[in-house]
Amino acid sequence: MITQLAFYLFATVLVLSGAMVVSARNPVHAVLFLILGFFNAAGLFLIAGAEFLAMILVIVYVGAVAVLFLFVVMMLDVNFNQLREGLQRYAPVGGAVGVALLAELVFTVGRLKLVPAARPLPVGAGSGTVSNTEALGRLIYTDYILLFQACGLVLLVAMIGAIVLTLRDRPSARRQDVGMQHARVPADTLEMMELKVGASVDELGGYLRPHDGYGAVAAPSEPRKLRVSPEDEHLGA
Amino acid sequence: MNGGLQAVGLGPYLTVGAILLVLGVFGIFLNRKNIIIIMMSIELILLAANLNLVAFSAALGDLSGQVFTLFSLTVAAAEAAIGLAIVTVYFRNRGSIQVEDVTMMKG
Repeated sequence: MITQLAFYLFATVLVLSGAMVVSARNPVHAVLFLILGFFNAAGLFLIAGAEFLAMILVIVYVGAVAVLFLFVVMMLDVNFNQLREGLQRYAPVGGAVGVALLAELVFTVGRLKLVPAARPLPVGAGSGTVSNTEALGRLIYTDYILLFQACGLVLLVAMIGAIVLTLRDRPSARRQDVGMQHARVPADTLEMMELKVGASVDELGGYLRPHDGYGAVAAPSEPRKLRVSPEDEHLGA
Repeated sequence: MNGGLQAVGLGPYLTVGAILLVLGVFGIFLNRKNIIIIMMSIELILLAANLNLVAFSAALGDLSGQVFTLFSLTVAAAEAAIGLAIVTVYFRNRGSIQVEDVTMMKG
């Protein structure tokens, strides 16, 4: 009884949050509803006995994929109102396709019958004493080891691809240059000066040293003038 | 191990999966311009497929369905990462992520 109650609670929230994902006005809200939906799907997995997959769903989907979506939505400065134009135009077509698909699925599921006699030998069902995670681990690391390795390869390729796609070499980026650091001598950056009493830093050439050579890009060659804002000009004059 | 599923039955699980799948397809039609929402709808569709796999796995007492779900989760995560990287690069180059603007490769 409590299981059925939990199932229907999770299922209702999952379906409602799925509906909100596709219909939310603000994409950030859509991502947050997606996260809620994943949590409830993890609950459904738990009820079905797939504890390991439920935890994977929470860790991988909520912790990585949905947060990735959230980052992208917040990072891209997109006018989302403009993207929502034509919603009324697309809604009837989408609704028709959706209703047709749902009708077909209901028709199919309603007539579903599992034939026990035609069932092949269950894989990894275990004796009922091992936990779901242990049984899954026994299966993954024996029968499905090649596929498991291929999964790792897929993730590696995805990681490299994402980095290669989004990496850009900005000319303004300042990176460590080991050779240049080793070639540094104190005379490049250190300068002994006679200080006059009352002289300001700008009169002595500013803070940036040296004026040419190493780091010339970062350090402008002429000393910076003290900037006076227009409203303060009359005070100095 | 699958006592929870025997209490609920296979049908409700498949129904939830079907509704999620339809919602995902409907979302793709509804948000034709917003590539990010389309990708989220694809995630919903994949989640529906995973739900069905887990339900059948528990109903049949066969763990290979859950192994398959594990692999499909991996592929879905890789797909999301690559897709969002492409969206980011496209936005950086063109300043827009409207689906209709993506016509550079049109002959």
